[in-house]
Amino acid sequence: MSATASQAKPSAREATRHPAGIRKGERLAGWLFVLPVILILGVFLFIPVLMALWVSFSDWSGRGSPLAPGVGFIGLENYADITTGGGLAESNFGTSLRNNAWYVILVVPLQTALSLLLAVLVSRQILRGRGFFRTAFYFPSVTSSVAITVLWLFLFSTTGVVNQIIAWFGATGPNWFNEPRGLVHLALEGVGVTTPPPALTAGGFLGITWWDWIAGPSVAMFALILMAIFTTSGTFMLLFMAAIQSIDPSLAEAAMVDGANAWQRFWRVTLPQLRPALFTVLTLGLIGCWQVFDQIYTGTQGAPGNTTLTPAYLSYQAGFQDQKWGDGAAIAFILFLIIIAFTLLQRWVLRDKPVSRRRMRAYLPGRVTPGEAPTGAATQGEAAPAASAESKKGAAS
Amino acid sequence: MSEQTLPAALPPIPAAAPTPTRTGRAGRRPPRARVVIAAIALYAALIAIALVYIYPFLVQVATSFKTDADATAAPVSLIPNPWSFAAYDKLFANSDFPLWFLNSAIVTVCVTLGRVFFVSLAGYALARLHFRGRATVFAVVVGVMAVPGVVLLIPKFLVLNQLGLYNTYIGMILPLLVDAAGVFIMKNFFESIPVSVEEQARIDGAGTFRIFWSVVLPMARPALITIVILSFQGSWNELAHFIVSASNPALTTLTKGVASLAAGALGSGNQYPLKLAAALIMTIPVAVMFFIFQRRIMNASEGAVKE
Repeated sequence: MSATASQAKPSAREATRHPAGIRKGERLAGWLFVLPVILILGVFLFIPVLMALWVSFSDWSGRGSPLAPGVGFIGLENYADITTGGGLAESNFGTSLRNNAWYVILVVPLQTALSLLLAVLVSRQILRGRGFFRTAFYFPSVTSSVAITVLWLFLFSTTGVVNQIIAWFGATGPNWFNEPRGLVHLALEGVGVTTPPPALTAGGFLGITWWDWIAGPSVAMFALILMAIFTTSGTFMLLFMAAIQSIDPSLAEAAMVDGANAWQRFWRVTLPQLRPALFTVLTLGLIGCWQVFDQIYTGTQGAPGNTTLTPAYLSYQAGFQDQKWGDGAAIAFILFLIIIAFTLLQRWVLRDKPVSRRRMRAYLPGRVTPGEAPTGAATQGEAAPAASAESKKGAAS
Repeated sequence: MSEQTLPAALPPIPAAAPTPTRTGRAGRRPPRARVVIAAIALYAALIAIALVYIYPFLVQVATSFKTDADATAAPVSLIPNPWSFAAYDKLFANSDFPLWFLNSAIVTVCVTLGRVFFVSLAGYALARLHFRGRATVFAVVVGVMAVPGVVLLIPKFLVLNQLGLYNTYIGMILPLLVDAAGVFIMKNFFESIPVSVEEQARIDGAGTFRIFWSVVLPMARPALITIVILSFQGSWNELAHFIVSASNPALTTLTKGVASLAAGALGSGNQYPLKLAAALIMTIPVAVMFFIFQRRIMNASEGAVKE
């Protein structure tokens, strides 16, 4: 942003030197330069979205053009079909949301925690061979989702590597990609709950019962969850590492001088500083996790028992395989809304809360501007060392 | 700055405080033995995790040289018994695999070249050229980054079909030519280089495109390499777009082809060596790219969080 300031002067000078001529040429060049990007985005992004919006309100059957005169406007019928229709379309959509919700619930926290752990370990100053570890953890991220899925199908096959290793410990591994039972159901079965309470089977939402909503990810889905954690932790590790490097080391030193141990330093000094990186990782994770498609297309096609069906794959299936283009487009738009809603929700949850006046007075008398305080002092609570370091920082700058 | 923040009363503390060799003030540091144990624990943990991350790929390489029976009987082993090249034979001699590879290569090269050019043109205009609507264009580009890709599956198909580009290379390449994130990266980079160089060229009478092409672009090498890496990796690994832009077997790319292999396209049985060999070959180009530009890739991702 500082660039605009430095830019203003020369261009003003230049404008006086060459009146109008160059400015006009520059304007034309500017538009010519962005034209390809605008055209391609327009033709392959905006127009498609508008067309799909129309299709989601139409009865287009896949024959000819959706803009042909024979195609009728049917209002919200497609949306009603998948949300209240009571048929297969509704229960499939409900199932796909259930599956993906469990996927999100497990993948987002686990991949964030693991990538943060890796970043902290790899960033330790005493570590030698940092490059090796960083490469090892990051490598899965560069491979294609198709290649990783193929590998995963082998690792988690009935006679695969994972089950072989489980067998070394005397246990029998599950039939991973053919096991539709949910983890929560299995756990309940483990404690003796084999028949669902009637209260949970009586009602439901989107065509599946509450009992099925709480089933948890199926064993097959769980294998895909592990895969997602495996492939994304490296990328997010890099984001965290960069953030860790940019932390002022004097903060940790000050905390150390004041007697904070490594555990306290991490939770009260390092972690609050990582807030922006944490926000980035959670947002990217959340957005990515609602878009599960490649793995399902390559690996399971929704099987076993529809427990790996995701909205993204269902949208594809409804359109390209069942020729229900209206349903498919409607699913895509609902998915779009879900992703936007979650991103906004998260932005709201992780917003910088204004620091209370009492706290501000307690730690930083008259030193800190409200904009600066939240990342440091507010979240650290009683961590006096960090707060005092923060106030010194404020004083120095 | 960090020097000034330390209170004057305290002795200066070395940056790498917890190393065993530098014992600062007695009593405040953990004893030497504990530091050594902590270091051993750190290495043990890291090596164990690294094993989990690397072993699957080692198994993949080994299994691609196994027979089907051996792959099922001894999946964990890293040494094929007996060695078999049947998977590679079949892939290259008796399947469409070479064609898939060729298609992927064509698309990736076109997309990468095109993206580098279009994205840097737009990035330069948004960073440097003054024209009405610049802020709007930039806002649109940022907004586009937020649109999730899988939501566009059906929409893209509809437009490609409408334009008669379904089942053509053009339809596979054109929509991938522009990447909003790339425009963003290039704009940020161009803003970071000083204007004075361009000023000089302008005084010498060079036109806008000439300044861009022969003065600014050569200076943007680091950012261009980042774009090349992202485009190459992105288009080589792309699956969804190729599913919705073509159904003709002659236009199948590696991702689509290998996905069909996973679903059992080349005959019955598990055929794990065959599938893993195909996935392995598919991984090699991006892996090579990764190891060549490793430092740059790591830094590119790091840069993303700093703005």
